[in-house]
Amino acid sequence: MDRLAEQIGRFGGVNLLPVALALVAFVLIGAPSSWVTLTVAGLAMGLMVFLMASGLSLVFGLMDVLNFGHSAFISFGAFVAASVLIALNHWLVADSVILNALALAFAFIAAIGFGLVAGWLFETIIVRPVYRDHLRQILITMGALIVSEQVILAIWGGTPVTVPRPHFLEGSWIIGDVSIEVYRGFAFVLGALIFVGLHFLLNRTRIGLLIRAGVENREMVESLGFNIDRLFIGVFMLGSALAALGGAMWAGYETLITPALGGEMMIIVFIVVIIGGLGSIRGTLLGAIIVGLTANYVGYLAPKLALASNMILMMAILMWRPKGLAPAVK
Amino acid sequence: MSLLSLEDVRTDIGQYAVLHCISLEVPEGGVFVLLGRNGAGKTTTLRSIMGLWRPKAGAIRFQGEVISGLHTAEIARKGIAYVPENMGIFGGLTVEENLVLATEKGKFDPDRLARIYGLFPALEQFWTKQAWSLSGGQKQMLAVARAIVEPRALILIDEPTKGLAPSIVAAMAEAFRDIARTTTILLVEQNFHFAKSLGRDMAVIEDGRVVHSGTMAGFAADAELQNRLLGLAT
Amino acid sequence: MAKQDTTGARAVKIAVFLIAALLLFAPFLFQDVRALEVAARICIFIVLVASYDLLIGYTGIVSFAHTMFFGFGSYGAAIALKQMGPGWDAVALGALAGAAVSLVVAVAIGLVSLRVKAIFFAMITLAAASVALVLASQLSHLTGGEDGITYRAPDLFKPATKLLTDADGKVVEWFGVKLNGKIAAYYFVFTSALILFAVMFRLTVSPLGTVLVAIRENEARAEAIGYRVVAYRTFVFCASALVASLAGSVYAVWLKYTGPDTALSFAIMIDILLMVVIGGMGTMWGAVVGAVLMVMAQYYLRDLMGAASEALAGVPLLPDLLNPDRWLFWLGIIFILLVYFFPKGIVGTIMQKGART
Repeated sequence: MDRLAEQIGRFGGVNLLPVALALVAFVLIGAPSSWVTLTVAGLAMGLMVFLMASGLSLVFGLMDVLNFGHSAFISFGAFVAASVLIALNHWLVADSVILNALALAFAFIAAIGFGLVAGWLFETIIVRPVYRDHLRQILITMGALIVSEQVILAIWGGTPVTVPRPHFLEGSWIIGDVSIEVYRGFAFVLGALIFVGLHFLLNRTRIGLLIRAGVENREMVESLGFNIDRLFIGVFMLGSALAALGGAMWAGYETLITPALGGEMMIIVFIVVIIGGLGSIRGTLLGAIIVGLTANYVGYLAPKLALASNMILMMAILMWRPKGLAPAVK
Repeated sequence: MSLLSLEDVRTDIGQYAVLHCISLEVPEGGVFVLLGRNGAGKTTTLRSIMGLWRPKAGAIRFQGEVISGLHTAEIARKGIAYVPENMGIFGGLTVEENLVLATEKGKFDPDRLARIYGLFPALEQFWTKQAWSLSGGQKQMLAVARAIVEPRALILIDEPTKGLAPSIVAAMAEAFRDIARTTTILLVEQNFHFAKSLGRDMAVIEDGRVVHSGTMAGFAADAELQNRLLGLAT
Repeated sequence: MAKQDTTGARAVKIAVFLIAALLLFAPFLFQDVRALEVAARICIFIVLVASYDLLIGYTGIVSFAHTMFFGFGSYGAAIALKQMGPGWDAVALGALAGAAVSLVVAVAIGLVSLRVKAIFFAMITLAAASVALVLASQLSHLTGGEDGITYRAPDLFKPATKLLTDADGKVVEWFGVKLNGKIAAYYFVFTSALILFAVMFRLTVSPLGTVLVAIRENEARAEAIGYRVVAYRTFVFCASALVASLAGSVYAVWLKYTGPDTALSFAIMIDILLMVVIGGMGTMWGAVVGAVLMVMAQYYLRDLMGAASEALAGVPLLPDLLNPDRWLFWLGIIFILLVYFFPKGIVGTIMQKGART
């Protein structure tokens, strides 16, 4: 038994969990073409959720601050991007891939820009005064979430908003009897690129080194002469921007969004960071992919269980590893 | 003029006053040893100097400049390094990353690196290992090395010999003697023999107050005083 | 208690006593249907908020699953009344079933997650509550889905029931109020709420309450002294879940309707949070004041906002924000300001004021 554990550990340990999940699903689903479609959908969802969750996880790791208002960035990102896409609709329908892509790029840039500014405001006004006070932190960020949701309702109303997609991301690729939605492929690639970028930032740059050190022991980082509060604002803004981008991508993926989107995604994001282990980017990716795959597989095999499945997954993983699959070293 | 001076420093943790009235003059050069029983306030004194606890009253001066009230990072940049009791090693980072983080520009000064290798050969050997995998003694070496990666005027070291094997304690003493040639060390230590062999000046803290200060030679010679202040059987 | 009250504390107690008196005589003092509705809602929410305060104020645990337990109780009573027909046996069975489910779930959540950080607990309860909400809308053959369930309460509470009749067989009137089933239903709610509140109050002034506060103030020390922190927390979590569940059953009997919006929605959780923070955490009196203020605001502030919104028509965005549906926006802002500047809430702040006499 120990040797088996060792063997598994050598091949990547908990990182193999998504693979195991995919294999089990392959057997249960039976039809390879459906399995491929679901797996791609799960991975695409996983990477979008990863974007939404990464900031939450890093901010918690660095400052021990859990932002219950994080989902506001996701919703705002989605709605800001939707508004830009609607305003630029004439570019989207134009017979030019460049104009199509530009409209999408502008939508994403608007979401990111919004995330950066809102993140800065949120950090300075809402979070800063309640550092190190968990109870008030939870309450205040929750209050901020209530206010943000109301602002979204006041601006965009309660009715669903249809999000136009650029023409070149519509439709599916057909390979044999497997069909893959183009947008899912796009979301997967973009999400993967951002993960690689984040990974590079964290592991190959001095700022990344500071963040990783700060997650472990912020007092010591300060004792070495670095102002961690400034670093924290940066991370907070980055996290908010990523959440907004995740929301924007999600808007294009769902094509129909309601103000309830933030709340729904928040639950998934929480489950992801709990499963993955707070404070680690690798853990967050792992959690996001597991959750994305599970949601799609279960949604196909037993649609009624889809939402509860993630909850059951979380409980099971918490019993097994109370700190999550790949927590940051503390 | 002394390098570091504390004037009537009072520090509260939560609602409890831990330091009541600490006054210290740490001269430049050599090792200054802070002695005292457990819970006397030695660690709190170091943390107050470092700005990790904000003193409620009193002033801390470093090179003539008031540093109490400054942010920890600013205090560190004035040229004070801190080696906490738990060593403050970043376990998820490699030995190299731990050290490179302590450099100002992200690059090593070759001479200083050579000196660190000379003092602590184990660090060179485990250069690319993650720090959590080091032994306790090696972690302590890494923590001290991190404090001398850049030139500093003062290093605060909190109980470096705690839980270490005698051979490593001896190596550590050797390293401290070498470091003290260029840098002042403010050392908190329970191991009196270790402290005696290194210290030039010293002070004893009791219940958040300085109850004795003077030269180490004088204190070491006065068995009655040691017994009264530290409860040491001689 | 050797400790003397401050004048502020005395003021609070007088206010609470007044509120209790008003609630006791509510059917005779406010003789319209809406006012009675408000009074019953206040009774229920006082219990709900007090039980939540037991958790957040006395032990410092933040749970977002409190409405879930409220919902278990509501749905328990509702389903039993629907399936078995109106009767006290259905009420009792439903309430018991709801309480049992609440207990089991609370123990499960408590044991899994109360060991970890407060923040984990908040996240896990939030996730659990959302799953309960989804389950309620999906198991529509039992719960009626989004539409909820309508049913009849026990016969005693029918408006046609005559509690006291005079010689002619007509229902007796006291102070111009007919003593009918509606009055009985209200006093059922009032008495249940009073009993539950009294039990909780007793709990907070017992030695147990002292232990809880000790744990909240310094967990490590309480653990070091030898208190089993996880056991205490799980106990409080279960107790508060149980009370919430019973309050839910009582409310279900009063409303004769149970649906996601009245029993399970996250909006109720937010209401409870607002009430506990506005009133003041860590004091049972705060729950009373918070619940009264918030329920009144819910019913009457919206009218005011509607008028303001119309008056400001033409100004950009402001009318939208003053729309009665946006009242949570303003409460959210008040909430944030309170947590910043008056973390002890209205009651906590007032009780500190004034000299000890």
